[in-house]
Amino acid sequence: MSARKNPLAALFKRELALAWGKGGGALYACAFYAGVATLLPLASGPAPEKLGAVAPGAAFVALALSSLLSLERLFERDFEDGGLDLLALGSAPLELVAAIKCLAQWLAAGAPLALLSPVIAVALGASPALIPLILVTSLAAGLGFAFVGGVGAALAIGARRGGVLVAVIVLPLFTPPVIFGAGAVDALNSGLDWTGGLMLLLAYCLCAVALAPFAMAAGVRNAIS
Amino acid sequence: MISRLEIENLALDRGGRRLFEGLSLQVSAGEAVALTGDNGAGKTSLLRAVAGLLRPSAGLIDFFGASGVLDPEEARSEGLHLVGHYDGLKGGRTAGEELSFWSAWTGGAPEAALEALDLIPLLGLEVRKLSAGQRRRLALARLVASPRALWLLDEPLAPLDARMRTRLGELMTAHVKGGGMILAAVHDPLPIPAREARVGA
Repeated sequence: MSARKNPLAALFKRELALAWGKGGGALYACAFYAGVATLLPLASGPAPEKLGAVAPGAAFVALALSSLLSLERLFERDFEDGGLDLLALGSAPLELVAAIKCLAQWLAAGAPLALLSPVIAVALGASPALIPLILVTSLAAGLGFAFVGGVGAALAIGARRGGVLVAVIVLPLFTPPVIFGAGAVDALNSGLDWTGGLMLLLAYCLCAVALAPFAMAAGVRNAIS
Repeated sequence: MISRLEIENLALDRGGRRLFEGLSLQVSAGEAVALTGDNGAGKTSLLRAVAGLLRPSAGLIDFFGASGVLDPEEARSEGLHLVGHYDGLKGGRTAGEELSFWSAWTGGAPEAALEALDLIPLLGLEVRKLSAGQRRRLALARLVASPRALWLLDEPLAPLDARMRTRLGELMTAHVKGGGMILAAVHDPLPIPAREARVGA
């Protein structure tokens, strides 16, 4: 316990600890990711040529689903215990609070999933040459998932069965990063130009980072008033 | 620095129901006001409205400093504390971690509060393992950790034992003597001399 600390740095540290969680919310998401990826060859048959063709795309879809898991708690846990009131009362704007929560969510829950992503794609039969691009697209998509997902989480504050509501709100918004990310990897795999897909993915993520905090702050204000 | 709170002709609605209307109240530096009223009369909502978390249906809430009316947002984020039923404490984290975070968030240092609220034995414990009174003490620690002019307290005494009630009384006295203000929703009388204001009825 030291003397005066920067409030926002303290918030970031606390959010990281909460997102990582005792016993690891992030680890559950990784286990879920591995589980979904394991079901695919069981369902479609293990023929390598068939599986290898869809591996990058399948890995991306599973990544999007796994990213949903811990989103529900992002604002809900603070809403339930009144912490959201105190965060709203702080001197930092709610937009910044929301952005910090999403960044911590990305680092604690999104990054481990992104690190797992190339492993899963290769295990499903993707070429090892794709590993760097899969890692980069997964990291970028994870950032977009965290911020866009945060909007869903803010809208679902206080709702019964909020987790399902978050998924229903957010999954349609997850389609662009899945299309661009998996598209870029697919393009590289077929020897085509892959930079376009990556640029579109990055553009999506930047827009999410820039705009989502305003929507989240509005959702939070609405929920606590 | 807030030196006066003025509430004028305030009306609050919750869930389509009018809680109260025409409420006017002033709290000046060095004053403690006890809000009384039946359950559901709107005491908690009034405190939340003063904190800026609820939008009044009618009326004004103004904060005054030495140089006149203050910007409400700034006055609230730097000039008041709200301690209510929900304390923002996370069950899975230790009391020390939570105290350290909330003092940092409100721009203070936790050391001063450790002694004042007898928190040192609790620091290593998970918040979920604390009793209601111990949790309340942890929440009240913010008041001491980062000094602010206006304390909004919702049933501050309810879960505390006799010794801690006395202790909180001493803290309140010191706060009021130092030019602070207290607006507290209570059913039992406050442990310090306070003006009574009735909500609802």
